Amino acid sequence: MSLKHDIAFTLNGVQRKVTVDVGQSALAMLRDVIGLTGTKYGCGEGECGACTIIVDDQTINSCLMFAVDCDGRRVTTIEGLTGDARADALRDAFVAHGAVQCGFCTPGLMVQASHLLAHHPEVDAATVKRGIEGNLCRCTGYKKIVEAIVSASHAEEGAAR
Amino acid sequence: MNAIEQYIAPTSLAQALECLREGEVTVLAGGTDVMPQSQSGRLKFKPTLMNIQRVPELKGIARDGDAIRIGALVTVTDIMRDTLVQEFFPVLVEAGDHFASDQIRNAATLGGNINNASPAGDMLIPLLVLDAYAELAAKPNGEMRVRRIPLGDFFVGPGKTRRAANELLTGVLIPLPPPNHFARFFKFGTRPALDISAISIGIAGVRTDHLLSQVRVAFGAVAPTPVRAPRTEAALEGKRLDRATIDAAAQAAYDEVRPIDDVRASAWYRRELIRNMTKRMLDHVAQA
Repeated sequence: MSLKHDIAFTLNGVQRKVTVDVGQSALAMLRDVIGLTGTKYGCGEGECGACTIIVDDQTINSCLMFAVDCDGRRVTTIEGLTGDARADALRDAFVAHGAVQCGFCTPGLMVQASHLLAHHPEVDAATVKRGIEGNLCRCTGYKKIVEAIVSASHAEEGAAR
Repeated sequence: MNAIEQYIAPTSLAQALECLREGEVTVLAGGTDVMPQSQSGRLKFKPTLMNIQRVPELKGIARDGDAIRIGALVTVTDIMRDTLVQEFFPVLVEAGDHFASDQIRNAATLGGNINNASPAGDMLIPLLVLDAYAELAAKPNGEMRVRRIPLGDFFVGPGKTRRAANELLTGVLIPLPPPNHFARFFKFGTRPALDISAISIGIAGVRTDHLLSQVRVAFGAVAPTPVRAPRTEAALEGKRLDRATIDAAAQAAYDEVRPIDDVRASAWYRRELIRNMTKRMLDHVAQA
């Protein structure tokens, strides 16, 4: 029997109370305990970024974070980006540019890219490449992804005018 | 995975040190090393898992007399954004820039990087050439005891340090640099992001009238721990930074290191890299 611990935190704007295994990752908690499967398990060791979530306004690999450490924090997953104007612009740009093939890396890239755009409203390709260096895509070769993120940042400027 | 019997998340340094005194403890901070190492079985959990993320005394970067103190919980991202670090130790920002990825820099702590004691730890090489001290606290008999040891004496082997079981690494102290101080960092991996160094090099010193003094050279991933390079330092100390000095120092570096063959590079390649990149870095210092 593994040791359990009760935690309380804000998940996608909603206060949650969850009982987790002490050795469990935040990713396992999200997927297996809470049932939010948008966040993906890729490598399990922080190399691929498919499990990227936002914790207290910073993106992290949820596979490397202990679930117990979510206690008291604000957590946002890909599901929490629903209805967010920036995320909508990103989603539309990913579709328009064909930035999705198998789609497995997409939730992590969307979370990382939306966080990047929140902090750099006007990005160029170099900034995007640097910003998503922790996210692997094995299908697209990144070109379309980078183009999509850059165009989403310009879409936002257009919307602001 | 072996069983964790107790989980504790102390909210003060005193509580954390009490916990360390009472039993065998695995210390958790950012999790970026503890999680993959525990999942793969390389790290066996002690009966108590102590999450130190909520200990305020371990946070923050501040002036401390003639030094800057960086708390053990400060992340690589925090270091890169800090104005004191940017002003006095830009080499740490440079090393942070080569550290893993955004997601990992946001979680990985300086204390974790030091305690993980990897021969290839990215922040360790610049800290060694900046003469950093490790600050360790313990509460052996109800009273807090703090000691500071030079970081160069802290590492014993891969994953092994001089931290006692009842001690917590609370931070590092880095003396403010003297005038005309320079410090450089170089990391060589096969790709820019998320790579463990094949080799890394730190060089620091004071340069006045083109003469070098207080020279510090350190190498990563060429020995069981990050190491200072006394023979390379001696080849530079008190010298004018000209062609002959640079070539002699690069050769001393080549002769001095004893790397191994592993998945990241052969020993032969590592020694070639050490010689050629030491030379290149010194050329850049000479041109600056």
